[in-house]
Order: sequence, then structure tokens, then C-alpha cells
Amino acid sequence: MIKSVKSAAVLSSTMALAVALGAAVPAMAQTTVTIATVNNGDMVVMQGLSSAFEAANPDIELEWVVLEENVLRQRATTDIATGGGQFDVMTIGTYEVPIWAAEGWLTAMDNLPDDYRLDDVLEPVRAGLSYDDTLYALPFYAESSMLFYRSDVFADAGIEVPDQPTYDQVAEWAAAIHDPDNEFYAICLRGKPGWGENMAFLSTLVNTFGGQWFDMDWNPQLDSPEWAAAVNFYVDLLNNYGPPGASSNGFNENLALFSTGRCGMWIDATVAAGMLFNPDQSQVSDQLGFARAPIDVHPVGSNWLWSWALAIPASSDAADAATRFVTWATSQDYIELVAENNGWVAAPPGTRISTYENPNYQEAAPFAGSVLAAIQSADPINTTANPKPYSGVQYAGIPEFQAIGATVGQMMAAALTGQMSVEQALASAQSSTERVMRQAGYID
Amino acid sequence: MPTSQRHKLMMSLLGWVVAFLVFFPILWMFLTSFKTELDAVSGTPNIFFEPTLENYAAVQERADYFRFAMNSIIISFGSTILALVFAIPAAYAMAFFPSKRTRGTLLWMLSTKMLPPVGVLVPVYLIFRDLQLLDSHLGLVIVFALMNLPIIVWMLFTFFKEVPKDILEAGRMDGASPRQELRFILIPLSVPGIASTGLLSVILAWNEAFWSLNLTTVAAAPLTAFIASFSSPEGLFWAKLSAASTMAIAPILIFGWLSQKQLVRGLTFGAVK
Repeated sequence: MIKSVKSAAVLSSTMALAVALGAAVPAMAQTTVTIATVNNGDMVVMQGLSSAFEAANPDIELEWVVLEENVLRQRATTDIATGGGQFDVMTIGTYEVPIWAAEGWLTAMDNLPDDYRLDDVLEPVRAGLSYDDTLYALPFYAESSMLFYRSDVFADAGIEVPDQPTYDQVAEWAAAIHDPDNEFYAICLRGKPGWGENMAFLSTLVNTFGGQWFDMDWNPQLDSPEWAAAVNFYVDLLNNYGPPGASSNGFNENLALFSTGRCGMWIDATVAAGMLFNPDQSQVSDQLGFARAPIDVHPVGSNWLWSWALAIPASSDAADAATRFVTWATSQDYIELVAENNGWVAAPPGTRISTYENPNYQEAAPFAGSVLAAIQSADPINTTANPKPYSGVQYAGIPEFQAIGATVGQMMAAALTGQMSVEQALASAQSSTERVMRQAGYID
Repeated sequence: MPTSQRHKLMMSLLGWVVAFLVFFPILWMFLTSFKTELDAVSGTPNIFFEPTLENYAAVQERADYFRFAMNSIIISFGSTILALVFAIPAAYAMAFFPSKRTRGTLLWMLSTKMLPPVGVLVPVYLIFRDLQLLDSHLGLVIVFALMNLPIIVWMLFTFFKEVPKDILEAGRMDGASPRQELRFILIPLSVPGIASTGLLSVILAWNEAFWSLNLTTVAAAPLTAFIASFSSPEGLFWAKLSAASTMAIAPILIFGWLSQKQLVRGLTFGAVK
């Protein structure tokens, strides 16, 4: 009898403990938010500071998947298109956001907390991350393109660079400062084939030369005189005054050339300004000049617009926790946290007006005004001399563009290396683009 | 110097040059991992520089190397064991009981290696999603085992063919069942071959990047995912990437070095009769 009472007591106390533990589990349970991101300086800083978010949100645990840009794009596309649900936050760009939003793959950012201050986010960046007037991603940082030059070399050559240079001036200056015998090359531009590599720069060049990718009926325009003029200019400039092997150079290769003092001018992403000003990363940090991206006949569209933004896939099962994270990581408070820990120069650029109004940022980042002007003047809609049916400055915002840009990029690289003439390259590019557009049903 | 000695000297010199050329990228990666980012991209490649450990510190600070390494060990050894479990009986059957379709079957198995993996990415991803195998060790163990199975069966088939049939027949006459034949005769006789096949399978699984990047996120991500996280679209990253790569290949390099005798013995097994 006593034994059975004891057993019953043990059983009931065990059950009570189990119930108590069971009740306690939901209170202790953590939501895991898995974040897919690219490896760049700003993202590394975010990963480092994310412990502050976890401390303030003990119910959320962050897991990071850091990948190379192209791998991330493939990985994220596979997961989101199949509804894999492996990620709760994805780092994607202005190219993907409208396309993925149209497919219904992204969660709309339409119930942001009041203190988020969406009106503080730069308007062109918001436009680039919207589809059908709805925001689908929050910008972590944004960039445009601008001209960097060696102020000491230009001063020695007696050249004064206006705030808004032209491409004719760039060619003229290149002839004056080119010194290949001393491994100093007048101009560094992207030559590596790829829709986000050489075609990003070439698209802006074509815009300002008066050309565009497609007319209003989606007919490719690569056989137009404007494309021919732009590509001939690009090939001549790089072949005459560029570094050897320019067709292999992307952002990083040109950054390495410029930061080690072997480039006179470089037209590329505004985000390079912070790297070139950092004496730990650059040998020319105190000899750096900058101006707006050069223009030709059409004054708009010569500087691109890109933003790495945080989006929440519709397949995420932790959307609320993910929203809390993305609003934290793209907030003004976060920017101030970065400034506190890493200095104002490390603050993620290009997203918020308040950053550019901050005197501490203006002092730490002398390039701030130029970057802001470049981003504010980059309009993804009105970039070309004639009306166009697509959004995007340095790309056409349609799903087929990745393939088109990759193929045309190869042909432009072939023209640069002399494997084919510019005319041949453009004729091939036109026919291959026509084929893709026909297969996709844009044209008959 | 007699001609034969000169010839020998020339051949060994040639061997050293080829070995150096093959090893040079690894040596350069190792050296770069001790440079600053600016030194790493400097125009004139330099061998003499002030070494720094800052890249290793940065890599360890940003990612948990040991978690990735443990995943690599589990996945590469797990997939090798699984593949051997299936491949040994298959190769045994094909080597000792061939039918007229055996050679065709072997060729068909090998032909599956000719399909680019990206061609089956979406179906595999969907199957893994439905079976809850995404980001799991088991999922990658299965994929890598299947991926290496054709090569393992081929190699084992070649090794087993070198074992005299008479020995197995003698066992059979003494009353050994097929399982006992395998366990007590064939496997002990083919240990060098099985070991070198296993080593090759471990190395292939260790270095595989496509499936491991596409089918894992956090829990099962191996060292190839660890390396990929240090490549950057905007910013200098060569020195840190070199440090990450050195850390990622170090275990398999040491493992290969320790077992090179076994590997060479296995690969040349039966080469000279």
C-alpha cells in the first residue's frame, strides 16, 4: 500500500514537473532567424554588432549564412522559387526586388513600426525597392557611381576637375596623365564580363551617349548608333589608356590597382570612396579626388543606382521576428550604433537623409556630399534620352536580363580584347538579345 | 657522369619541377594568408614581407571554424562509408559473376557523372524540401554517397578483378557463403584498394562545393561554405580568403599526407603483374 502511494506521489510529482517544464518551454523558446547575406565590409560590421540586437531581443536567435554574391543569388533564387523556407531574411538588390515581388515571393513592408521613419530613407532607393508602389525590402546600404581620380597627379598636370566632368574631358585627361612605362595607367574601368560587371558600367555609358537597351515595344537597340559610339569610346579609352588585361578587371581588381597607386582615374561604385579613404586599405588615401560620374550628350543615367537590401521571403515561418531584425538593421539607431563602435566613416552609406545631415558623418566622410548627390540624381525610371519600358539604370529590370547581360558582357569583353570588332560584337549582341526576347514573348 | 645516371638525375629534376608547379598555388595561398590585404594585391608579387596573423584572427572571429570542420568530417566520412557499403557488394557481383550487361551497366553508372549537377538542382531541392533533408548531415551524406558511387564501384571493380578467382573458388569449396567470401577472403585481400578508394571518396566529398553550398544553410554547412563566405564582391579579401582556404584544406592535406603510402599502394595495386 505504502509502495503504491509512494509510486503515485513520484508519478504525480513527475507529471507536475513535466507540466511545469512544458509550460516554461514556450516562454524560453527562441525564434531562429536565418539571414542570407553577402560578404562585404558593411555586412561584416552588421554581423559583428548583431549581438546588440540579440541582447535586446532575447527571444530571437540569429543565424548567418554568408556567401559570395553570385552564389548567394543562385542559392536564394533556388530557395525562394521552390518555397524551401531555408531563409527568413535575404540580402538582395534593386534588380531582384521588383521581379521577386511580382512573383509573390516577398513579404510587403507595409506595417513598419512608427519609429522606423520611412520618410528618412532616400526616395530613389525606396523607389528601387518597390513594386506597384509597395515597398518589399529595406535598404541596408545604397550606392551610385562616381569618378575617383588622383588629385596629386592631376595637380602636377595642371588639370582642374569640375564637379560634373564630361567623357570628352576624361579622354583628354587620360592622354595627358597616362604613363605605362612606370606602370601608371590613366583609366581603370570594369572589363570583366557579367551583367553586374562590365555591363553595369557600359549601360550607364550607353545611357549618357543617348542609347538604351530596349525601345517601348521591347525591341533591342544594340545596333543603334548610340551603342556603337559608346562601345567604341569604351574600347578605345581602355585600350589606349587602361591597364593591361583590362578585360579581367572588375570592382575588386580596379580597387586593388587604384589603391596601390596605379590608376589615374576610376569610374565605379560610390562605396569605394570609404575604402580608398581608409589608409589601412589604400596607399592613396590622402591623394584622392572625386567628382560626379562623367556625362556625354544625355545628362542623366550616367550614374547607376544599386542597393543591398534586406527582404523577407513569403516562405519564412518567422516573419515577425525577421521584421524586427530588418527594421533594426536598417534603422537610424543602427547607423548610430555603427558610428559609436566603428566610427562615422564606417556608417552604411546611401540610405538615410539623417546620416548625410549629421555633421559628424560629414566631417568623417568628405565624400558624403558627392555620394548623396549621385544617389539622389539616379532615377531608375527616367534614365534614357528616349522613353523606355523597363526600370533600372544599369540594367533592365526583367527576369531575362541576367542571361542577356551575361551574353552581351562576353561580347563586349571580346571587343575589348580584339577578338572581334565592336561592330561584330554589337551585331552578335543584337541578334542574341532579339532571340531571347522573342523566345520570352516580348517581340514577335 | 654515365648517361644512365644523367638520365636519372634529369628525370628526378623534372619530377621536382612538376611537383613544385603543382604545389605552387597552395604555397602561394599559404604565403598570402600571412600578408596584409594591401600586400596581397600588390602589383609586384613579393615573397619577403612582414607576416601577420590578423587574417586568421579575423576569420576565426567571424565564423566558427570548428563547427564547419566537424560538419565536413561527418559528411565526407559518412558518405564514404555509405557508398562503400553499397559499392563493395556491387563491385563483387560485377567482378566475379559478370553477365553480358555488366560492362554496359558500369558505363551507364559512369555516364551519370557526365550530367552537370545544376541540371538536377531543382528536382533534388524539391525532394529534399519535402523529405525535410535540407541543411541536414543525412541529406549531404546521401547526395555525396550517390555522387561518388560510380567512381567507387569502378575502382573497386578494377581492384577485385585483380584478385585470382581461384582463391574465392577454394573458399567456396570449403563451404563459404557469398557473404563469408566477401568478409573473410575478398575484403582482407583488397584492403589497399578499398582504402585508397575510400581516401579518394573522402577527398572528393571534402572538396565538393556545388551541393554543399546549395543544400545547406547553417547546421550542416561544411568547410566549402566556410571558404565561400570570405569571397567579397566589393572590397579586398584575398588575404582573408587565403587564410580561410588554408584552414579548410589543412585537415585533408594532413590526412592525405599521412595516408599517402596507402594511397599510392592502392592506386598502383595490380598495375605491374
